[in-house]
Amino acid sequence: MPELEIIVIAIILVQACILPGVFLVLRGMSLMSDAISHASLLGIVIAFFYARSLDSPLLIISAGLTGLVTVMITEWLISTKRLKEDAAIGLVFPLFFSIGVILISKYMGSIHIDSDCVLFGEIAFTPFERLNMFSYDLGPVALWIMSFILIVNSSLTFIFYKELKISTFDKSLAHALGFSPILIHYGLMIMTSITAVGAFESVGSILVVALMITPPATAFLLTKRLSRMIIVSSIVGILSVLIGYLGAFALDVSISGAIVSCSGLLFLITLFFSPKSGLIIKVIKFNENKLTFSTRMLLVQLLDHEGKSNEILENTISNMITHMNWPEKFAKKVAKFAVQKNYILRSGNDLKLTNFGREVAKHTLQWT
Amino acid sequence: MIENKALITVNDLTVAYKEKPVLWDIDVEIPKGVLLSVVGPNGAGKTTLIKAMLGLIKPAAGTVSFFGQNYKRVRKKIAYIPQRNSVDWDFPTTVIDVVLMGRYGHLGWFSRPGVTDYELAKKALEKVGMEDFFDRQINQLSGGQQQRIFLARALVQDAEIYFMDEPFVGVDIATEKAIVNLLKLLRSDGKTVIVVHHDLQTLKEYFDWVLLLNVRKIACGPVKKVLTPKNLQLTYGGRTFNIGKDVALNLDLD
Amino acid sequence: MHDVISSLFLNYTFLIVIIGTSIIGSVAGSLGVFAVLRRQSLLGDCIAHAALPGICIAFLISVSKQSWTLLAGAIVAGVIGALLLHLIQEYSELKRDAALGIILSVFFGFGLVLLTYIQSQEISEQSGLNVYLFGNAATLLRNDIYVMGSLGIVVILFLILFWKEFKVVSFDKDFASTLGFPQKRIDFFITFLTVISIVVGLQAVGVVLMSALIIAPAVAARQWTDQLYKMVMLSALFGILSSVSGVIISSLYEKMPTGPVIVIMVSIIVVISLFFAPKRGIFVSYIRHINQKLTIHSDRVLLNLYQFSEVQKDPTFAHDITVLDFVGEGSTLSILNKLKNKKLVYNPRNGYWGLSIKGVKYVKNLLKETKNA
Repeated sequence: MPELEIIVIAIILVQACILPGVFLVLRGMSLMSDAISHASLLGIVIAFFYARSLDSPLLIISAGLTGLVTVMITEWLISTKRLKEDAAIGLVFPLFFSIGVILISKYMGSIHIDSDCVLFGEIAFTPFERLNMFSYDLGPVALWIMSFILIVNSSLTFIFYKELKISTFDKSLAHALGFSPILIHYGLMIMTSITAVGAFESVGSILVVALMITPPATAFLLTKRLSRMIIVSSIVGILSVLIGYLGAFALDVSISGAIVSCSGLLFLITLFFSPKSGLIIKVIKFNENKLTFSTRMLLVQLLDHEGKSNEILENTISNMITHMNWPEKFAKKVAKFAVQKNYILRSGNDLKLTNFGREVAKHTLQWT
Repeated sequence: MIENKALITVNDLTVAYKEKPVLWDIDVEIPKGVLLSVVGPNGAGKTTLIKAMLGLIKPAAGTVSFFGQNYKRVRKKIAYIPQRNSVDWDFPTTVIDVVLMGRYGHLGWFSRPGVTDYELAKKALEKVGMEDFFDRQINQLSGGQQQRIFLARALVQDAEIYFMDEPFVGVDIATEKAIVNLLKLLRSDGKTVIVVHHDLQTLKEYFDWVLLLNVRKIACGPVKKVLTPKNLQLTYGGRTFNIGKDVALNLDLD
Repeated sequence: MHDVISSLFLNYTFLIVIIGTSIIGSVAGSLGVFAVLRRQSLLGDCIAHAALPGICIAFLISVSKQSWTLLAGAIVAGVIGALLLHLIQEYSELKRDAALGIILSVFFGFGLVLLTYIQSQEISEQSGLNVYLFGNAATLLRNDIYVMGSLGIVVILFLILFWKEFKVVSFDKDFASTLGFPQKRIDFFITFLTVISIVVGLQAVGVVLMSALIIAPAVAARQWTDQLYKMVMLSALFGILSSVSGVIISSLYEKMPTGPVIVIMVSIIVVISLFFAPKRGIFVSYIRHINQKLTIHSDRVLLNLYQFSEVQKDPTFAHDITVLDFVGEGSTLSILNKLKNKKLVYNPRNGYWGLSIKGVKYVKNLLKETKNA
């Protein structure tokens, strides 16, 4: 069943992508996935010239190397100090990609690439023709490639888990412990290249970037623990595939596009509604905290002036408005809250601490 | 009739940043014509205080007034010298260009610096001893030279009040002396200068007033009066100020 | 070749394409300077990808391939992308790179969904949308030029009008704020103008390569000058040069898509600038460094000659080269030959070398200078 094949391939692809993706996001190198997957086109084309076939392993090796070369050139550029990091990244991969595109147009125009739109990746604006590519002889190839990559990525992650974890979170510790963070870094780049290319061949480079970054980013919003982040990314990825595919099927649109859009949607939902750090929650908490914080300030103010000659002048709502520079509505809100909490008693404009309020005020001012 | 109005008044200034109060209930009155240093341990809120006073950070509460008025009304009379590392020194601009930026406030929108502005900029560079460097690219300057052109940029604003954030960090001795001389010159011109400073040893020598800060105001006044061992203990003595553990403030959506 | 080129230029369509790409190159080059200086280089890549759904939606709503509508859609999508970017960066723990990557890929993926939807609807003229993916300057029409030209002029006008505001906000935003400038709004306005320049360029260069056109001319220009206004003008010039040459070359040869050729041209300019620009050029610095080393080395040889001569009471005494070799740091003979050419040493007989009068003066000067330093 071609549909099932697509879903399975996509899920495996997602799992393969999030493994380098999690580390890219944590290391602040998300855009390397974009750069590498675009630049590797050149590697694929060059390898294709030799191999004359799209299924040769030479392609993946070549593309992996191109990705590595891209990173090395980018880093060299940065080291010359003539330009900054983001500029260096944005210079190298378009050049490689352009060379690749020109080579394809010039020398491979005769080859019927349309149906093997694999090389064009996102430029394949006929992705629904992809369905044809997942005919029985091609489908399993993608399946095999991605499964292989998944196994490799998983093994590497498992074997080097400790090293990856430490070098991501604490480079100097990694040095001190004796393994080279640089090796891990380049290893990660190679993993990214190979994954990008394997996926690129199947479903296009844009899906690769999205899947490498978006589920891990979503997971990052939910947890900061590495192991959990990987698991959550995994789940988010699978959900994106399932829901995305259903959507694509229903609307008859690009499958990769739908999966990506779905991952984006999940990201947005998490961004806004995540219970711990979602934006909505933040707004609510912010207002809550502002109220609590301001109430404490009010109590401390009242305590400060209590028993002094100007108490009657100072401990009033109107004074809160002028002295603390609070808008009237807010000052009244704070006063109301304080009364509710039994911190103060209010008669008209005057405010007076209750015993409880006094204790809270004193507690607030404590030196530890 | 004795006019005892302070030039700068800070009332109940409170600033919080991501779950921590950085400044709490600051009350300060700064008279005209003093050289005031703001000192305190790291994280005491010194830079935050300056930025809150200049409207760069929104306080949770409190007011600041200059000449009895809101900052926005009198900003032309106030000059700001930020920390040196707040700027990318590889930016393609020359020394004179940076100093000219100090005139932008007077120029307003749409006008370009004219001959008078250039003259003022050159004079300011002379005051800091950098007149020969006027067309130099700023990334060719040493730390001390960078600090000097920042000063020149402030001088050219012809302000009454000057705020400086850690001007003595990482500068050579010659520059340090030059800056101190400049500060004293400003004071004799009747200007008021507020400097975030990190070095207690030079405090007495360079400044008349000091504000000891550690989230709360510990003390503020003439150095001789205020710089007591007790106050220093309170400021630096390894004590932290607890606003109450259950008040977690998450003000990152300001 | 000459005939070919001149006949090209007489070709009306070709002229249109040249003008169009010049506009794109100059606008992208100018605004690119600010993007690069503000560390927003990759905004180009991001917004270019984010524009796709905007273009598709604009097309769906208006069912036309009118430049204005499609560009408007692209700009709206670009602005939304920029706003979301800001949101993610400021209010979540994610950093800029992740935000850029998400916006880039998700928006584009969504655009792909819309694109395939459009194709499945079999609306006519939808093939023109491919231009935005890949870039084909050859398809530019006169109307397109009017649209691009007007937008381009507007962008440049704003740049000139608000020049000092852009400059001070990009250099020192806190200081700008204290001067009374609405820093955040100006900042957003610069981003907005950058979005427009990116979107305008999509037609010629296509989505993937837009980032190069924003970044490369600016990086190249930076190597040649230390002044902002010169950098902007130079960047615009490089943008125009690479666009025009890219168009010419791709029309001269078969099967050469314009976008990639333009990128190659601008990359060549960048490489030349990075290596050979006076003062900053990598190659230039290297030569300077070597020269310095050589001077130090040859100064050493002269000093040795002088010091040996002190025993002889005649500073121009000629010494056996083996002695000089012994105390030297190598390649003494070649240095001596060079010094001989400069008339600082003389060679009375084979294997013997001494300071000339000029050489003596030089060494005395050198010693005086080192004393004063």
